[in-house]
Amino acid sequence: MRSVADAVAAVSAHQVTKVFGSGSDRVVALDDVSVDIRANEFFTLLGPSGCGKTTLLRLIAGFDHPTSGRIDLEGQDISYLPPYKRPVNTVFQSYALFPHMTVAENIGFGLKMLGKPQSEIDAEVSKMLKLVKMEAMRDRATSAISGGQQQRVALARALAPKPKVLLLDEPLSALDLKLRKEMQIELKRLQSETGITFIFVTHDQEEALTMSDRIAVMSAGKILQVGSPRQIYDHPSHRFVADFIGETNFLEAELTSVSKRVGKLKLGSGTTIDASLPGDGVAKGPVTAVVRPEHANLVKGKAAAASLTGKLGNIVYFGTDTHYHVALDDGGEFIVRMQNARDDAGRWSVGDAVGVSIDKDAVQVLRD
Amino acid sequence: MGKSAVAADKDATSGALAGEEARRRDIQNRWLLATPALVIILFAALGPLLIMLVYSFLQKGLYGGVIWNFSGQGWFDVFLSKDIFDDTISFADAHMLIFWRSIKLSLITTIATLLLGFPTAYFIATRSPKWRGVFLFLVTIPFWTNLLIRTFAIQEVIKNEGLLNIVLLKLGLISSPIQIMFTDTAILLGMAYVYLPLMVLPLYASMERLDFRLVEAGYDLYATRLQVLRRIIIPLVKPGIIAGSILVFVPSLGAYVTPRILGGGKKMMLGNLIELQFGQGRNWPLGAALSITLLVIVMVALLFYVRNASKSGVKSHG
Repeated sequence: MRSVADAVAAVSAHQVTKVFGSGSDRVVALDDVSVDIRANEFFTLLGPSGCGKTTLLRLIAGFDHPTSGRIDLEGQDISYLPPYKRPVNTVFQSYALFPHMTVAENIGFGLKMLGKPQSEIDAEVSKMLKLVKMEAMRDRATSAISGGQQQRVALARALAPKPKVLLLDEPLSALDLKLRKEMQIELKRLQSETGITFIFVTHDQEEALTMSDRIAVMSAGKILQVGSPRQIYDHPSHRFVADFIGETNFLEAELTSVSKRVGKLKLGSGTTIDASLPGDGVAKGPVTAVVRPEHANLVKGKAAAASLTGKLGNIVYFGTDTHYHVALDDGGEFIVRMQNARDDAGRWSVGDAVGVSIDKDAVQVLRD
Repeated sequence: MGKSAVAADKDATSGALAGEEARRRDIQNRWLLATPALVIILFAALGPLLIMLVYSFLQKGLYGGVIWNFSGQGWFDVFLSKDIFDDTISFADAHMLIFWRSIKLSLITTIATLLLGFPTAYFIATRSPKWRGVFLFLVTIPFWTNLLIRTFAIQEVIKNEGLLNIVLLKLGLISSPIQIMFTDTAILLGMAYVYLPLMVLPLYASMERLDFRLVEAGYDLYATRLQVLRRIIIPLVKPGIIAGSILVFVPSLGAYVTPRILGGGKKMMLGNLIELQFGQGRNWPLGAALSITLLVIVMVALLFYVRNASKSGVKSHG
């Protein structure tokens, strides 16, 4: 059963393709992309530069139009509507504040264009300034405020007309680390306070994991996987997703039995363990599986719990935890990340023969 | 990470201070570099100007030139005329008409070139860098041809037996040739043609610097095309509009060749009037006084523009 909130997506893309240029300059920026973005969710488009995430955002904003396919807003086709006819606002990467207007004039611009009376605009601008904690800057020139403050003004300006969907194009990339962390929390707060659907574009996987309700991982114009941060991190469906987000161990193995979402996996060491499957359509035979470094533990010698065995290579100390690089007996390297305890020192040393025990449900088979 | 960011910031600050000093030195050096040009301006522009000022207060010579006696006659003649029969004084209607025509035609030329040049500059500024170069080159091509030749070329097009009339007659749109030559329209056409590049280039320069994301932001915030033009593009390219207007208005006011050929001496502008006084009119003091008057009109117009420019510059800077 689908819930009512699911019934009509805030934004949905139906088989959207966007091609730029022609002939030898032809670039397929989006390749048959379909996705549903739910109302009131913090949805993130995550991927490296050139993956098509910004193109998809621009199609939703109306700055570009799809070559084929359709984009719906609350069930209405908006594919060819100009930007000024869409109840959608954008926070630009460069902020794009109007340099010839004050902070208040910038924030009030959208409402003014919508033909609201000045008294209403003033009231709304005050509310927005309060929301982003910029009351004191009302009559400043936009050039006379800091980058972080400009960011807040850009947010307030986009939120003031109360859009159905707010688009954010890497809005935090120009800020330094500390400010970025602050703004991440701030954005989350604004999203829950306003109840507006946020579509956030970023190439920063950590940012995506900490802020999003759901993430769509994109690569080469396609959406590879959509899911909650935990789903994406724990159960990546593609090699690219596993590699792009966090650190991971790749294991070449053989799938010996398949039943629904679980299968039996025969590792190079000869051990067989349970593994999660990426939906259906994975056949028996050679596959690649992934295990996150923190989902495995080192065990002494050839203990029974060990799925893999090897020799301890590098030990890299990170303060809160340590990375142990294990050279596997059947070839390849496996990294185990374990949290440091008070009495850990000297427990493991380079050259030790070790076993690797893998947590239950920690093995994920990939589609590719 | 946080620490290194702070350190980088400090570096940037001290770097900026050093840069400030270097810039100040640089500016001093540039004044030295400008000295030859300043000397030329002093002798070739200010010198003659002073001579004009002095001449305008002297007595006219019988066959041109001046007689070194003080006389207000030159300035009197600029604005007033004395009836040769009954000595009544009245406004120099002919002069006023020419003043008015000069200002009117210059203003219309400025507005016309602005209306034509604005979309042109916008078009060029929104092309890819490669095509921008091509189009800018095309805009400057008229500069490569002598003004006289260009003006005669226009005459060939608009004269009664010219291209325009032939085509219109052949098409049956008119039954007899339209008289364009020797009218204000002809002068206007010529001046708009000659000065259009002077409008396009500064407009392009400021549009090229325009951040088109601001235009997108405008559309995003519910502004229609016209509203984006009025509230975002025009305010941001105002410096270019002002520069272009000055570059077109000032030379239009003193235009000589175009009204001479296309106006045929019937429709004089200030430049022609001045030339007349130094030539056939043999009235150098009047010519000098008219020249100074032209200069004053230009100065007043410039002051008006500059004041406007600095007003808009306060907010848009940065």
